[in-house]
Amino acid sequence: MTAHSEARAQRRASSLVALRAILVKDLRVELRTLQSVPAMALFAVTTFVIFRYGLDRQSLSGGLAAGVLLATVLFAAIIAVNRLFVAEREEGGFDAIRLAPVDGTALLGAKAAALVIYLVVLETIAVPVFALFFLNSWGGVPPLAGVLLLADLGLAATGVLVSSMAANSRARDLLVPLVLLPLLVPVMIAAAGASRELLAAGGPSYDGVAKWLAVLAFYDMTFAAVGFAVYDYLLED
Amino acid sequence: MKVPSLRANAIAATLILSAGFALVFFYAPLDADQGFIQKIFYLHVPLAMSSLAGFVAGGICAIAHLRTGDPRWDARSYVAIHLSIIFGVGVLITGSIWAHASWGKWWVWDEPTLVSFLIVFLLYATYYPLRYAIEDRDRQARYASVFAITAGAFVPLNFVAVRMAQSLVHPRVFATANGGLPGSMLLTFLVCLAGMALLWLALVRFELAAKSASASLSRLRRALEGEPQVPAPGSRVAPGVPSSATSVT
Repeated sequence: MTAHSEARAQRRASSLVALRAILVKDLRVELRTLQSVPAMALFAVTTFVIFRYGLDRQSLSGGLAAGVLLATVLFAAIIAVNRLFVAEREEGGFDAIRLAPVDGTALLGAKAAALVIYLVVLETIAVPVFALFFLNSWGGVPPLAGVLLLADLGLAATGVLVSSMAANSRARDLLVPLVLLPLLVPVMIAAAGASRELLAAGGPSYDGVAKWLAVLAFYDMTFAAVGFAVYDYLLED
Repeated sequence: MKVPSLRANAIAATLILSAGFALVFFYAPLDADQGFIQKIFYLHVPLAMSSLAGFVAGGICAIAHLRTGDPRWDARSYVAIHLSIIFGVGVLITGSIWAHASWGKWWVWDEPTLVSFLIVFLLYATYYPLRYAIEDRDRQARYASVFAITAGAFVPLNFVAVRMAQSLVHPRVFATANGGLPGSMLLTFLVCLAGMALLWLALVRFELAAKSASASLSRLRRALEGEPQVPAPGSRVAPGVPSSATSVT
């Protein structure tokens, strides 16, 4: 191994260590303070009740079920995205990362991973509640996990970018929903397209689900790549 | 390569666009299906194409800004996106008029291109609140560039997703299946497109020139009043443009 590639390998290893450290720190903070995930879960369940009366339906299927579930998850995600960098902003975490001899992308990766974990936890609570409230059959729920996971990855990729921009601005709580929602329209199109089939009234069907999963995967990869390419510029000072 | 002056650019835009509209009304044939209203196509589509190309150009200038750190690229990115948003308003209005004339409704959700354009427009409309919520000038410029690049990657992806969500697609004026546009219509369209692109470019260069002129004016004023040469912090004036930003004019 040449000295150059050795240095690069070392740098990558130190980035991974930093990524893990930040992620573990975030999860520990969340476990001790319970700031984001319980709020998201409560918000999601209340939103289901709101939809029950807004739509005046006691059971849902197909497109309506997909829309209610995904819109709720999307809006609940905004709570987490809003809070993602609160500690970094208030306690000087951004400066610490700038001073540390690691890539800024370690912060990006750790925050994205934390966001995915929050969303997965949220969904393990919200989806069963949703099924209990509205679904006549649970057949479509297990395959739904794949759709939701891909949607979570996309949400994390764009969410981290928007969240770190908003964290350093004056209008942070306003900016996240404003900038993030249009960016998430393709996620909503694809995730709803797939979930609609899985939650169809006559039991799950798999027509076109693969197509929508491909769109979601493509979205995830595009914005993960954009994030890696530009993230260092968000941390410079 | 010598870049033509702003004046030449503006004159060319005026001439070609007037020639294009003359062709629209006196040369291009009436569309067999849609009749006279189809002529809005020669305004709507060039506007949309210039606007989308402008968004992409804004993203490319943003990449150049992040790579070089030169504030002139940020100014170009800002002005490109700014004018594309203004053109975008025109696209949505003309599209709405066309939809009303063709399908009897001011808005139709099954016209994928128009719907995609609306989503792209909504995204870029958040450029201003994002930009002006950041006080530090350098950071403002950097974040605006990151936004412009992210949004630039979003544009094609969004078009694909919206188009795939369509169960059926309306017949289009560019029907590629049956031979495409007749020659006379294609010629008219291309002239209009060239005129509109030149108009966009002229407006961009005009705004850059105006910004750089007002920046040098306030610099001179400050020098006259004997104040130290510092830009006002948190000023809401769009990106500070050094006077050499528009050396092409």
